[in-house]
Amino acid sequence: MTAINPPLLDISQLFVRLPAGAERDHAVEDVSYTLANNEILCLVGESGSGKSITARAIMGLLPAPHVRVDQGKILFNGEDLTQANAARLRQVRGSEISMIFQEPMTALNPVLTIGQQIDEVIRFHANLTKQERRERALKQIADVHLPDPERIIKAYPHELSGGQRQRAMIAMALAMEPQILIADEPTTALDVTTQAQILKLIKELQTNHDTGVLFITHDFGVVADIADRVAVMQNGQIVEIDVTDKVLNNPQHPYTKSLIKAVPSLVPRPARKLSEQKELVVKDLTKTYRSGGRFFGFGKSEHVVHATDSVNIQLHKGETLGVVGESGSGKSTLARCIVRLIDAEAGQILYQDVDLRPLNRAAMRPYRSKIQMVFQDPYASLNPRSKVGRIIADGPIILGSSPADAEKRAREMLEIVGLDVRAYDRYPHEFSGGQRQRIGIARALALDPEILVADEPVSALDVSIQAQILELLAEIREELQLSMIFITHDLRVAAQVCDRIAVMKLGKVVEEGLTADLFEKAQHPYTRELLSAVPGRDWLPNKGAIT
Amino acid sequence: MEFWRLYRRNRSAVFGMIILLVVFLLAGSAALFFPDDPFSLAGKPMSAPGENGFSLGSDTLGRDVAAGIAHGARTSLMIGGLATAVAVLLGVMLGGLAGYFGGWIDDVLMRVTEIFQTIPSFIFAILIVAIIKPSINSIIIAIAVVSWPAVARLVRGEFISLRNREFVQACHIVGMGDVRIMLREILPNCLSPIIVAGSLMVATAILIESGLSFLGLGDPNIISWGFQIGAGRTVLRSAWWVCTFPGIAILLTVLAINLVGEGLNDALNPRLRDHK
Repeated sequence: MTAINPPLLDISQLFVRLPAGAERDHAVEDVSYTLANNEILCLVGESGSGKSITARAIMGLLPAPHVRVDQGKILFNGEDLTQANAARLRQVRGSEISMIFQEPMTALNPVLTIGQQIDEVIRFHANLTKQERRERALKQIADVHLPDPERIIKAYPHELSGGQRQRAMIAMALAMEPQILIADEPTTALDVTTQAQILKLIKELQTNHDTGVLFITHDFGVVADIADRVAVMQNGQIVEIDVTDKVLNNPQHPYTKSLIKAVPSLVPRPARKLSEQKELVVKDLTKTYRSGGRFFGFGKSEHVVHATDSVNIQLHKGETLGVVGESGSGKSTLARCIVRLIDAEAGQILYQDVDLRPLNRAAMRPYRSKIQMVFQDPYASLNPRSKVGRIIADGPIILGSSPADAEKRAREMLEIVGLDVRAYDRYPHEFSGGQRQRIGIARALALDPEILVADEPVSALDVSIQAQILELLAEIREELQLSMIFITHDLRVAAQVCDRIAVMKLGKVVEEGLTADLFEKAQHPYTRELLSAVPGRDWLPNKGAIT
Repeated sequence: MEFWRLYRRNRSAVFGMIILLVVFLLAGSAALFFPDDPFSLAGKPMSAPGENGFSLGSDTLGRDVAAGIAHGARTSLMIGGLATAVAVLLGVMLGGLAGYFGGWIDDVLMRVTEIFQTIPSFIFAILIVAIIKPSINSIIIAIAVVSWPAVARLVRGEFISLRNREFVQACHIVGMGDVRIMLREILPNCLSPIIVAGSLMVATAILIESGLSFLGLGDPNIISWGFQIGAGRTVLRSAWWVCTFPGIAILLTVLAINLVGEGLNDALNPRLRDHK
């Protein structure tokens, strides 16, 4: 870079102060980086690392007055945005720098059509006639490859799918051909195949328009796919910044190394010997949801959704069966049917030759302890008003243990999942997400189950915590000879955890097989599509210089 | 204490609590300062405040207004508290069942609730007291009957949002019974809004009781603020103090309870807690 041609964006020694009483004094501390035209810079870090705050500081969108820029400069084409007044910032936002968000459903206004929302951006920043604005909006919609722009322009956000909404958001953000696009986890809420399409779209538009993109993500796979340069953030500081190849394959900072090490590899781990004995057999399980069109609970339903449609799976003793699929594929419904949280209307759930499906509550009771569940959201799965000890001990007590025995058991379980025994007398809010997930696992194990159903147990966790929980699950699986049904949308996790994998789509199992076979020679086109959409699939973490 | 720290942030709530404490003290010490029956004819009728040994004057029959206010505070607080307790109990039970089980139980219970909500509550209360004989019990029943639907609606909403949370599902999976899930897992998580709604309901109950007594539908053997105002209504222009002081007592008590309710809401509602 030369003095005549300053970088598009030059952030130097930026400090953003947090209100008193926060975890640390500064959300962002001494952060400096530059962004050039036609470049994608990825900001990577775990939750709370301050990556979103730097982006918001650029846009002047910090939650004032509590969080504010303390020191430092944000130079945009040589102009310091920290000194700009509100009117100038409004001008910059949307026309010169624009932003897309994680959840397009909440970022779009539900009562305005897509066309009106794009029009609003153009009208505010450019002096064009109505017809010109409309043509421009249509062109934007066509540019993001939304089908039938004439229809989309009149559509409301709820009429579009998640991926289409994100495309509409991008169309809106790029309506004024901004020089910088800030993308804050734009694909985190999307399914993996949609994510791949959106990433491709961002890359394509960025190349066509010479835009500088600041891309915030927590996913190293996405980084590998899209970034030119990477900045790794930890506790508000940039610990490493360099070109993508160097950071991913030859990281210098120990934190970067540990993060990359925690990314699960797409290469399946060596197959284990499987037992022939069948622990659980699910035959033709069908669950249909009906809604709408009813009066006082009588009459016919209008909407019918086949959440699971004649699903057949088998779980061998000691095996981990992965159930993978995108949102709406029915994998969670399947899990909930198996643990009898939801009543399926047809099919069989055979455990030791007993069909569990038609059993009522009393008849189900002896089998309850055999099949236990670990939930996705560690914040919602523990009762905030109960002490941890009670949460774990409740199960054994209900099944007939004396309170003293149950307490002893609960303390043992805390030890097994790697928590301090003193956790027994604490409340859930005193623990972090990873620790809460451990408590959830302890609760399931306290009943001495034979089958553990884990519904996305790590998808709400940061990657380093995720690695720890997966390790814990692997340990207890060996130790306690557990059979496990592991629901996940993440094929990387599935590759590391599962012996066999069943792929679900729209309520049906489309393919089932040994993990290694499935990854090497998938039969069903949908499985192949899923596999090719995994972000960063050509990048193999854990190889090379990482020690 | 954590709760007190949060409560203290709302100054007017602290002020409300102080007034409320004074009312409680007044009610508690009524028998001490005014040992005689408040209905007894204590002296010259229609004495102005300060005259003939009446600090707040006397009414048309020579009853001491100050004694009436002190003893009336007991009535108001007792009826407000008891009626609210009954209404909350009933509302939590029905709302909880409707919200937890859903389906036809919900349909039936909510239709019943709606029937109660369609009748204007004060007129409904008059009707109930008029049908049963006016007595302290019938007043409490009447107030409870007109107040529970609001609680039921509130509790139903809370139960619906909580019953599908993962921690409740986890209880189903270990085979926990419905009653236990409702009482030990879900109910503690919706206590805050119930406490807030209940505290505000006490104020409404006191107002309804005063209104009933004013119309002569109160218990004839128990003095109350509403009764005092009703008795002084005809002499409002010649003896203003008979109505005015009990009126101020009602105003201050209801205001204090509302302020306390607001304060409880601020302290217990986690969504508001972050808006410092």
